Amino acid sequence: MSIASESLDQVTFAPAPPWQRTLRTFRLETRGELMKLLRMPAFALPAFAFPLMFYALFGLAFGRGQQLGPVSVAGYMLATYGAFGVIGANLFSFGVGIASERGQGWMLLKRAMPLPPIIHFLARMVVGMAFSLLILLGLFALGIFFGDVSLPLATWVKLAVWLSLGGLPFAAFGLALGYLCGPNSAPAVINLIYLPMSFAAGLWLPYEVLPGFFQTLAPWLPAYHLAQQGLGILGADTHASLPQSAAYLLTFTALSLALGVFAYRRDSKSWG
Amino acid sequence: MIAPRSPLPAGTVHAGLQTAAQLASVTQRYGKVTALERIDLAIGSGEVVGLLGPNGAGKTTAIHLLLGLLRPSAGTARTLGHPPWSMAARTRTGAMLQIAKVPDTLTVHEHVELTASYYPRPRPIAETLDLAGLSGVENRLSGRLSGGQKQRLMLALAICGGPDLLFLDEPTAGLDVEARRELWRLIRRLAEAGGTVLLTTHHLEEADALASRIVILDRGRVIAEGTPEQIKRRALGSQIRCTTTTDSATAAGWPGVLNVERSGSALRLSADRAEPVVRRLLALDPQLADLEVRTAGLEEALLALTARKHETAGQEVAA
Repeated sequence: MSIASESLDQVTFAPAPPWQRTLRTFRLETRGELMKLLRMPAFALPAFAFPLMFYALFGLAFGRGQQLGPVSVAGYMLATYGAFGVIGANLFSFGVGIASERGQGWMLLKRAMPLPPIIHFLARMVVGMAFSLLILLGLFALGIFFGDVSLPLATWVKLAVWLSLGGLPFAAFGLALGYLCGPNSAPAVINLIYLPMSFAAGLWLPYEVLPGFFQTLAPWLPAYHLAQQGLGILGADTHASLPQSAAYLLTFTALSLALGVFAYRRDSKSWG
Repeated sequence: MIAPRSPLPAGTVHAGLQTAAQLASVTQRYGKVTALERIDLAIGSGEVVGLLGPNGAGKTTAIHLLLGLLRPSAGTARTLGHPPWSMAARTRTGAMLQIAKVPDTLTVHEHVELTASYYPRPRPIAETLDLAGLSGVENRLSGRLSGGQKQRLMLALAICGGPDLLFLDEPTAGLDVEARRELWRLIRRLAEAGGTVLLTTHHLEEADALASRIVILDRGRVIAEGTPEQIKRRALGSQIRCTTTTDSATAAGWPGVLNVERSGSALRLSADRAEPVVRRLLALDPQLADLEVRTAGLEEALLALTARKHETAGQEVAA
């Protein structure tokens, strides 16, 4: 192949229409993000296994045969551990993923390339949602086969759609944390937010049995609103209305995005 | 002032060249630290410019400014006639950054295919792989590549968009001699095909091997500029100091004299070779005193720079 003729070739190549090119970039970018998940199981496996393990222990073993209001414990905890799993998948894939790639200078190099950042974040979002759905399917299977949970198909679908869409506010929050935290501190910071928030929001133990202090705190936590509306879909007792929770989650998303944009703009230097 | 400036003022592109990238009177501060101070730098189309200097000299800052990763505190940066952060500039540039490490989970081919898709008129993938010396390992995961191959993958990502202007920030840092030579060969091939390149390095040898023009930066200022031959001649030359009545204009006219400076009664000259100049000085002024001859002024300086760099290799942060 002749190098000397390459500039001529480039002139005669007709570029693809911009929207077609953008679609192709988005498809390839999404594939790239997906491969990070599939080819690095050390990162994805805990995020997949922990919600399932917790659900098996608390929802299935510990809560066997018990009722919580109108629903079984095994059914109730599908919504709360579903929320737990979805939040973790989004916080870690955005927060830890971005922080570590910033640490390697990769995000800086990507910035110098003609890739609109929104395409990269959308690709991460799509993969985060797919991963969320995978966790939910695992939980649902456990509930169906080991917890005798039986629900109409429409309810399963509604629950899966609500929880996987409800992961997006946490993707936005993860994005902000990914740009605010250093590459080494990100996992610790995110765990310090994720785990206590999950407990306080009633994702591990039902809201009803939380100590009084946490019952007061819970309605201020976005995770609580995600789980409560999931419980509503199942027909369990809830403590927040859908408009309340939606307003809360939308506000949380807007604040997270604002923080994310601020942190992204500030992040002009590389780490080393 | 370690070395004299070349006859061309810094920031002037050789006649007949179009400017591909330019920093005009740019100052860059990080808090209280001034990384670049009113620097002028221009890269002509088709030129391979080597930016040489120690840690903290401002080399990486200059590249980040021209890539639009930083906005200058003062002055202007233009890349291919556009603001460096604009899509118009970015679709026509490619870069290797010093600490960038690609995610391990894609194959070489997938990485190149993805990055090339960002550009409107990318190079064919097979050609990119060939130019970067990666044919044969295209299906290997990037995490499984050797150090030299990883660096060549970074080069592949820099050139896959078919850029008109290439930025290489310390492209061979951390490579062994063989891998470094291989990368030089590939860069030279790109340059010979008419590419415009700005590369930073702390090795005079590397700048000499690749660049058509060398700009030496130290503590945010351009301290010398010229062709590799001019720089080397200066680097290998001698510094002469003496107390004499001989006038600087006279000495400046002598063959082999590169630069003359007078401070009070002292005259400082740099020259290709000290002996003929000293002979003339002594002949002209029998009263000449305090004669001092030091060889390799710039080389010494460059070696010192290089030594400092080696001690702290790998710790440079956006300097």
